Amino acid sequence: MPNATQTASAGQMPDAGGQPNVPEASAGAAARPAVAARVKIHARDVNVHYGEKHALKHVDLDVNEHEVTALIGPSGCGKSTFLRCMNRMNDVIDNCQVTGSITLDGTDVYDPSLDVVQLRARVGMVFQKPNPFPKSIYENVAYGPRIHGIARGKSELDEIVHRSLTRAGLLKEVNDRLNEPGTGLSGGQQQRLCIARAIAVNPEVILMDEPCSALDPIATAKIEELIDELRENYTIVIVTHSMQQAARVSQRTAFFHLGDLVEVGDTEQIFTNPKDSRTQGYITGRFG
Amino acid sequence: MVDHHIVTQFDEELDELRATIARMGGLVEQQMANAISAIGRRDDTLARRCQEADVEIDAMEDKVEALTLRMLALRQPVALDLRAILAALRIAHDLERMGDYATNVAKRASALAQLPEVGPINGIVRMGRLTHAVIKDVLDAYSEPNVDKAVTAWNRDQEIDQMYTSLFRELLTYMMEDPRNITPCAHLLFVAKNIERIGDHATNIAETVYFQEKGTRLEGLRPKGDRTSYAVVEPPEPDAVT
Repeated sequence: MPNATQTASAGQMPDAGGQPNVPEASAGAAARPAVAARVKIHARDVNVHYGEKHALKHVDLDVNEHEVTALIGPSGCGKSTFLRCMNRMNDVIDNCQVTGSITLDGTDVYDPSLDVVQLRARVGMVFQKPNPFPKSIYENVAYGPRIHGIARGKSELDEIVHRSLTRAGLLKEVNDRLNEPGTGLSGGQQQRLCIARAIAVNPEVILMDEPCSALDPIATAKIEELIDELRENYTIVIVTHSMQQAARVSQRTAFFHLGDLVEVGDTEQIFTNPKDSRTQGYITGRFG
Repeated sequence: MVDHHIVTQFDEELDELRATIARMGGLVEQQMANAISAIGRRDDTLARRCQEADVEIDAMEDKVEALTLRMLALRQPVALDLRAILAALRIAHDLERMGDYATNVAKRASALAQLPEVGPINGIVRMGRLTHAVIKDVLDAYSEPNVDKAVTAWNRDQEIDQMYTSLFRELLTYMMEDPRNITPCAHLLFVAKNIERIGDHATNIAETVYFQEKGTRLEGLRPKGDRTSYAVVEPPEPDAVT
């Protein structure tokens, strides 16, 4: 078990939300990746069946901490399925069966005794279409901390809302209308509101399923800039159909095809010198 | 992997780029052959024609630059497409330099045609022919494309460098024997230097072909046979060289 030491060291700092890793993160930002990144999510031999359909086949993938990992591939290749395995979003699909092992800092994500709600607080998610609650901007962000009992009082909750909106790069734009409905914002603002909502519960990992596909280029650029800032504190996995986006925002890229993880590597290597001819064919636009 | 893009226009653009490089390479090859013939045959007319042909090579470099710029902007190429486009840009630049050096050789041929004939001309012509053969090989390696051929051609640059070193000594001897040889031999020294530089650019092209196909740099030290820096003095001790 090659990752025994890594998972053990992870176990020694149970709430590794941010502080213990800050020096590592800033060093990584300055001159990455001189030291091998710590593995945050460790997936081995993951298989997913939707009824008869074998949607994901024997996937082994490590997601490094404080890095953006992009999952790319044609529609139906299994990238979203894999993303949804990481916070057990596939549980809600009736005929979906997941086998193999996925660990988050050494904790088995599929342990039956694990509280799925707690897991999803640690592994947040942002979806393709912005989906704010039909509530005020403030309530959208405050909802999670409130149900998870994170805030001890009104002032603490205010602080969390402000901090989350600031981190999501939205506070300046909405500061004077926090009580207006979140659905009244523009598409890009709504998506950043959803990101603020996701980070309000202090997650460790943020999963993003094509977060920019419904946005214009300016809003997309803002989200991409945000993703790069967020990786200092969070680990991010993003599914995207835009290869340019994968190239722009990620440090590592994984290419999926027909349920197989074909190739994973440093983003630069994948886009300049991919090893597998299927990767080459896909990213250069040669799929027949 | 299928070998054509979903967007066929991209394929057409890549084909045009490759065809332009091939034509440009053909012109440089011709330019080189003519320049060497002009030296060997003391043919001023051929030398002048050769000098005029350089304009066309320069125009083709501009065309390659325009094509690559356009493709980078509009197609956002990655992986082997990106490498092919970068390779074309680099090769066009090397070819343009080779064309310039060949033109310089042709200019010296015009001058030499008016001076008394000296012995080492045959050696220069041999060196020119060898270099011409290396150019042909690297251009073939590009158009096929064939990495092995590129590596073989790359290694042959050493022969050119060795010929250059021995010609350098020979020309020095001629000049020391009879001061009347100095003018033509000085011209021939420059010719030899130009041919040697052409060979270096040919090895660059071989390296670029390798990079285009493999995605990594050609490993190992570039073959270096040019010892003219130490032709009449002792080279420093090996450990003094850094």
